[in-house]
Amino acid sequence: MQSTTQVQPPAIDFDTPALRRRRKLRALTDKVAGISIGAGGVSVIVAVSLIFFYLLYEVMPLFEGAEIEQKAEYRLPVAEAGPTLYGWLEEQGEIGMRLAEGNRVIFYRTQTGEVVDDIALPIPEGVRIASVSGAGVDKTLLALGLSDGSYLLVKHVYKVSYPEGTTRVITPGLEFPYGEEPVELDPQQRPITQISVRDAEDTLMIVGAADNHTLLGRLFEKEESFLTGEVELTDAGLVLPTVSGKVSRLLLGPETRWLYVFAPSGEVTMYDLLDREAPRLNQQLPVTSGGVELADARFLLGGISLLVADVQGQITQLFPVRDDNNHYTLEKIRHFDFGGRVTNMAAEHQRKGFAAVSDTGTLGIFYTTSERVVLREQLGDTPLRRVTIAPRANYLIIEDEAGTVRFYSVKNEHPDVSWSALWSKVWYEGYSEPEYIWQSSASNNDFEPKFSLSPLTFGTLKAAFYAMLIAMPLAICGAIYTANFMAPRLRTKVKPTIELMEALPTVILGFLAGLFFAPFMESHLPGVFTVLVLMPLAIVVFGFVWSNLPGAIRHRVPDGWAPVLLVPVIIVVGWFSFAISPQVELWLFDGNMPHWLTTELGIDFDQRNALVVGAAMGFAVIPTIFSITEDAIFSVPKSLVHGSLALGATPWQTLVRVVLPTASPGIFSAVMIGLGRAVGETMIVLMATGNTPVMDWNIFEGMRTLAANIAVEMPESEVASTHFRVLFLAALVLFLFTFAVNTLAEFIRQRLRTKYSVM
Amino acid sequence: MKVQLKEWTRKGEPWVWLNAGAVALSTVMVLGLLWLIAVRGLSHFWPHEVIEAEYVGPDGSSQRIIGQVADEEIITAQQLRDAGQTVPEGVEVVRRLLVKVGNRDTLGFDFRWVDETSLHDQRAPTDLFVAERDEWGNFYGRLVRVFEQDKVVAEGEGAWEALQARIKRARALHDKIYAIEKTDIGSVNYAMERLRLKQRRLELEGRDTPEALADIAAERAALEKRFAAMQDELKVLYGEIGRDSFEAEIMTGQVVKVPLAKVVRVFRPNAMSLTEKVGFYFSKLWEFVSDDPREANTEGGIFPAIYGTVLMVLLMSVLVTPFGVVAAVYLREYAHQGALTRTIRIAVNNLAGVPSIVYGVFGLGFFIYFIGAHIDEALYPEALPSPTFGTPGLLWASLTLAILTLPVVIVATEEGLARIPRSVREGSLALGATKFETLWRVVLPMASPAMMTGVILAIARAAGEVAPLMLVGVVKLAPSLPLDGNYPYLHLDQKFMHMGFHIYDVGFQSPNVEAARPLVYATALLLVLVIALLNLSAVYIRNRLRERYKALEM
Repeated sequence: MQSTTQVQPPAIDFDTPALRRRRKLRALTDKVAGISIGAGGVSVIVAVSLIFFYLLYEVMPLFEGAEIEQKAEYRLPVAEAGPTLYGWLEEQGEIGMRLAEGNRVIFYRTQTGEVVDDIALPIPEGVRIASVSGAGVDKTLLALGLSDGSYLLVKHVYKVSYPEGTTRVITPGLEFPYGEEPVELDPQQRPITQISVRDAEDTLMIVGAADNHTLLGRLFEKEESFLTGEVELTDAGLVLPTVSGKVSRLLLGPETRWLYVFAPSGEVTMYDLLDREAPRLNQQLPVTSGGVELADARFLLGGISLLVADVQGQITQLFPVRDDNNHYTLEKIRHFDFGGRVTNMAAEHQRKGFAAVSDTGTLGIFYTTSERVVLREQLGDTPLRRVTIAPRANYLIIEDEAGTVRFYSVKNEHPDVSWSALWSKVWYEGYSEPEYIWQSSASNNDFEPKFSLSPLTFGTLKAAFYAMLIAMPLAICGAIYTANFMAPRLRTKVKPTIELMEALPTVILGFLAGLFFAPFMESHLPGVFTVLVLMPLAIVVFGFVWSNLPGAIRHRVPDGWAPVLLVPVIIVVGWFSFAISPQVELWLFDGNMPHWLTTELGIDFDQRNALVVGAAMGFAVIPTIFSITEDAIFSVPKSLVHGSLALGATPWQTLVRVVLPTASPGIFSAVMIGLGRAVGETMIVLMATGNTPVMDWNIFEGMRTLAANIAVEMPESEVASTHFRVLFLAALVLFLFTFAVNTLAEFIRQRLRTKYSVM
Repeated sequence: MKVQLKEWTRKGEPWVWLNAGAVALSTVMVLGLLWLIAVRGLSHFWPHEVIEAEYVGPDGSSQRIIGQVADEEIITAQQLRDAGQTVPEGVEVVRRLLVKVGNRDTLGFDFRWVDETSLHDQRAPTDLFVAERDEWGNFYGRLVRVFEQDKVVAEGEGAWEALQARIKRARALHDKIYAIEKTDIGSVNYAMERLRLKQRRLELEGRDTPEALADIAAERAALEKRFAAMQDELKVLYGEIGRDSFEAEIMTGQVVKVPLAKVVRVFRPNAMSLTEKVGFYFSKLWEFVSDDPREANTEGGIFPAIYGTVLMVLLMSVLVTPFGVVAAVYLREYAHQGALTRTIRIAVNNLAGVPSIVYGVFGLGFFIYFIGAHIDEALYPEALPSPTFGTPGLLWASLTLAILTLPVVIVATEEGLARIPRSVREGSLALGATKFETLWRVVLPMASPAMMTGVILAIARAAGEVAPLMLVGVVKLAPSLPLDGNYPYLHLDQKFMHMGFHIYDVGFQSPNVEAARPLVYATALLLVLVIALLNLSAVYIRNRLRERYKALEM
């Protein structure tokens, strides 16, 4: 048994502590690597998808409504002075002001209701305030119409100081820039029941209604004394129209041209005071439907739009619209259905929004441009009497019938945008009809930002359309030839050359388009059209002539080298077309084609136009479409082609009937990807167009695209402003569009690939 | 044999020829474009002939013109008439020249379109010279005399040599001044700013003890002393450089005095031999790639733009490579190959098609206003309210482009991984290697060509991308380079210059587009070359590495 010696395997101990440790280490490394690659991979993917979510996160606040939060509630400060005639909140929202019926102005802390100052107005004993009006939505000058037929102008001021360094102290007070003495308006000393005032750079105008039916007014020219800085007033004389019915509201426009007189029946009469001696009745218009009684009427910020509320809760916005004959008519622009009797409205000081309260205890916050009801909230059952908005629209003070004051903070960041304002026509102040307009910024606050994405989207599609118009035939036809007919050796040269173009920075294409091609095209416009006509013609004629050449010459060039033969033809035709361009221009277009287009055909011509963009962007898109189409056609199984040819079809018939239908999904996906690229291209459009947001298919006019708009405006927009977020929205739209188009294309390509694989 | 037209058409031949025409046209367009850029970009540096001619205006008045022909075109006379110019009756087509007459300081314009037929007696005298200046553009004229202070040192024949020598001296002084102003004073200013921030930081943290403040004051005093010394030195240098000047007659016959301090170089192109011209050409070309821009970027070089582009792209590739590769490895090797992975793969693929401006918006909003602002609050409170990272800069630009090019790297790497045969992996695993070892030792080396290709393509894309950069970090003129000799050397928070943006800015935002145009072509050419080179090297590397691992592919 033991005689035979067995060959022992070499005694290697795989279980030494060292190897065991090593194995453990290897296993650990493997595990750690697996976990960290997993974590890394997932986090990269998450980070990439973050783009979408971040864009969404920035855009979402645009469509959120407003929120209010009650900060304090207290009894009406100095309630014994009587109910409030006029209220105000200073810039920071710390101090509130109320003008009480008892001829007193009370300043109080909005957080507590604690009285800061209580000032009696210099009004004679026994005279009361019959009417109050501010000199504008954001002005602190008040006109008080008194019961003895006089008026008093008073200004409330808030001085900010920092006595202890960093703590802010606001000291409210009153000023009388035009004297403390009440000034007579009505010689018959009837109470001034309605009053309106405008304080412009060099004029001061006060219009009042005595006893609700006689209009009385004063117009002063202002002159500031150089030495004392005091303002000297000179009476300039003013004739006002006589009104027949009762006056329930009086509004004077900021340029002191338009005077709106409201009757209790809800009818407004618009007077033109341009001629101070002879006022003219411009228009009479019933605002409320069916003579429903008027509840409140006031100006929106800027003094152009009127807000008219009736007792049934309808709020109407109106503004004068100018027609071609320079004639103004007051138009009803939009309605808000509030419900309940509107007791008071207040316009925002920096935007075109307003708030309204009703006798059913409801508060509503509205925005005119976007036609949005950003908030409607029931604040209890007590009828609400008065609403005051802080200048920054971040606080509200609401008084109710029971004499309670409530102080709210308001979060209302982006009321100026709504889905409909972004995409459909909006009737903006000063325009004669609703329009699509993108105009995001201006110098002053009164300006209504116009955020319509329609012209930008239109421009994007227009640019993409013309680009595709130029790129598609060239790229697809080129790809068909390259994949189907071209000699393999030539193909290996041509394909990389055209694909190299894809790597060409678009900034270079844009620069060439804007600085070389655009001016060149302007001076050689007929040449462009000559090329379009002559080039195909010349190619076909050359082809025919070539086919008729004796075989000795023809056979020197092998099959599939036709493009090389055509290169000189193309160069000659191109050169010829532009060389004769001036002659053609003289012959057909009076020597100046752009001018001829404008005068004869009425087509506007810009130097940097859609044709230039189309050509440049087409150029950028050609390699994308070419490459994918070529792949799709080339990968059509050869058996199909051979079968067709064997059955006697000509190469062209095979191509049209067999190859193209098979490859068509691939070609479609190529076009989609090309379109995605054209839509998102920024630099070419930025450089090769005038970037004017117009909506016109005219090939000789420019456009502004979403992408170029972002590039132009993003660096200047204020962080987290509506403008900023709308630009994010534009980016999101671009993102979603290209993503959807690419996904579709990818999906089709995948389908095609599976189809080929079974063939 | 005779082919009938009908038969020929029926066979679809015209279509085939048209298709062939489309390929030919596309190719001609590509090559023509490159040719256009190359010709325009390269010819700029050549010392073109300076012509002198009598210009007879439409009203019969005669005027002398001296300058270089920059461009020419043939247009109809009507276009000129509509533009408000007088063209004699009967003339229908005009061939006109764009002449660079320079001397913007005296003439007010430096380019002029002239009708070729109204130029008479055109000649190129050898004594005409060009002076390139630091401001007001080129000077064209005839040298009269050279001054030292107010004393004439050379006149007539010898003036040219004297001028040459003096210009050399002035340039040497100019370089010295430049070195002091830019490098030395720049670093003192930088140190001062750091001191200010240090002090502010101490104050914020409540550690502003008198000792610490005294230290800072001492350092500041030292810096101020250095600064004062440099100021003195500068004063002397400025006095010296302002010594010389020359007088020359310009085209209007006026004799103009030009201080040498502002002259970069003078040359007489008409008197140069071919070798001199070639030498001049290359010195100009070198200046273009190595010098700072002058005159609102319309003259001089683009070195800071090249530097900024390269640095940004390098940073970007450092960021994008690991992340892209890890994501690709995860997707291909570790993730469960189900519907979700497929969806993610398609989504990542599609991200490559998302417009670059969207990435710019994302970078601005997320990186700069969100992350950057938080970094500032946490790490740089002393600099607030002026932001450090909460403003566009190099880091954010690189990061944004890294995200932009991530899909390129992921897709390329994944393709490489997919091409590796299963058998190779299984062989490695069968030999006892763990999954990670297989990956690290076998799979990744084999996939490295694909990875390299991806990274190079990413670099090529990033180098040409401008739109997102406009939002996240480029400027038209950066005061200093983002990588310099001042601690901490690499200034990730700084804005930088970029070749692509340079093209846009100089070509479209510059006050003197006509003068800047040749430079823009040259910049474009350089950018095209860099990108073509990157692309070609991607192809080369891919082929080479593929060759190396060919034996493994089955």
